[in-house]
Amino acid sequence: MSNVPDDLRYTNDHEYVQLTDDPDVVNIGVTDYAQGELGDVVFLNLPSPGDTFEAHQAFGTIEAVKAVADLYAPVAGEVVEINGDLDADPALVNTDPYGAGWMIRLQVDNPSDLEGLMSPDDYRAHIGE
Amino acid sequence: MTETLRHTPLYDHHVALGAKMVSFAGYEMPVQYADGILEEHRAVREDCGIFDVSHMGEFEVTGPDRNAFVNRIACNDVGAIGPGDVQYSAILNEDGTFIDDCTVYRYDDKIMLVVNAANRAKAWEHVVAQKKGTNIRLKDISDDVGLLAVQGPRAEAILKPLAGMSLEAIGYYRHTSGQIAERGCFISRTGYTGEDGFEIYCRAHDTVALWEAITGAGAKPIGLGARDSLRLEMGYALYGNDIDHTISPLEAGLGWIVKLDKGTRFIGSAALQAEKDRGVTRKLVGFKLLERGIPRHGYPVIAGGRQADIVRSGGQSPSLGIPIGTTLLPPAYAGIGSRFEVDCRGKLIPAEVVKRPFWTRGSVKKR
Repeated sequence: MSNVPDDLRYTNDHEYVQLTDDPDVVNIGVTDYAQGELGDVVFLNLPSPGDTFEAHQAFGTIEAVKAVADLYAPVAGEVVEINGDLDADPALVNTDPYGAGWMIRLQVDNPSDLEGLMSPDDYRAHIGE
Repeated sequence: MTETLRHTPLYDHHVALGAKMVSFAGYEMPVQYADGILEEHRAVREDCGIFDVSHMGEFEVTGPDRNAFVNRIACNDVGAIGPGDVQYSAILNEDGTFIDDCTVYRYDDKIMLVVNAANRAKAWEHVVAQKKGTNIRLKDISDDVGLLAVQGPRAEAILKPLAGMSLEAIGYYRHTSGQIAERGCFISRTGYTGEDGFEIYCRAHDTVALWEAITGAGAKPIGLGARDSLRLEMGYALYGNDIDHTISPLEAGLGWIVKLDKGTRFIGSAALQAEKDRGVTRKLVGFKLLERGIPRHGYPVIAGGRQADIVRSGGQSPSLGIPIGTTLLPPAYAGIGSRFEVDCRGKLIPAEVVKRPFWTRGSVKKR
């Protein structure tokens, strides 16, 4: 069984969205289910702070030993920070996807867009768990 | 259409160990276990791993004409080895390209050919069609045989307490028969990892008992993912990637298994003689990427501004920490140090031809 924390929101593409103290800023990464399916992560191609993305637009790629996957912006917004630790230690995505394995911090254009994301229960159903 | 996947005798063990199962050559096989490919790869390089490769195919050739027959269907020279020897060889088409690569086990009274699982049916059909008037008997024993590979610098130490024969006495590419964990088997000092180790052929119904004994002695289960990264680091060819029905052994850098002067014609020999006379137009090379990226099978390879080939095999080398691969290049681009580019999902990444094997510090004992 994959870990699907109750305090996060999710997408069809297996990203999670974590709210922060700032209602306009969220942390984004991939779910425990996604890291398990991908296997050992070798490196990530992440955007730069200041880059802007529409919802569902690819913002980067995740390269694992056996597979490569695109990363999609859950909602529209501007990147305000990336997790620089992943450059030296991409395995953080495998070992701590919801903590040290976060990928980008996004300033969202419309906080109300977040309401359209999947609930933990919806995501569990999406992955068949 | 749903395909019914076959299982080796160890299927339940793989699932119980938390393996991620994938479809491979008609079988449901473990690509990795719970610890993941990188940890499994490291375990084989530094310690000892065990692979279930029971899906491989084995053909038995008996009868008085067996050596002449094998010399006609395979390009290496079975006359150059004796009973107790193992030889790397290939079964070719008339045009000198691969039907499959194989290993040839010579015994006092028979020969065993070991072929890839994915090519078993095709190779069997081809071999049977060559039988014609020869006085031999062919038997596909694949379903009766379990095969475990025990690989790593500690392979001999781990097997030793279980072995009813002297493992020290088995030289590189030699085989013998005897007992492991009180089960009768054939054992050879061979493998596909670059490490010292053995391949153990047993009765299918003994596979589980042997697996339990050898894992109990400390060998770590290893899936197909690490099997691929280990063999890639050694530059060992994989059918479907580095070699296939469009590629000749001369192009693949396997001229050393092509014995044009063995005193008898073989299937593909005329085409290979002609290719040798005029020179190959492309060569399989090893390369490394000079910037971050992962060259995966099928990515376009660009040399001199034009697509020369695709990435044949490729991936991140776990032992070296760099992206490596193989591709077929025109001789002008195939020299060590030659530069070209790999199109990694739309981004052109510079690459450089390097020597194979990529990994040169393995424990394999060529004695």
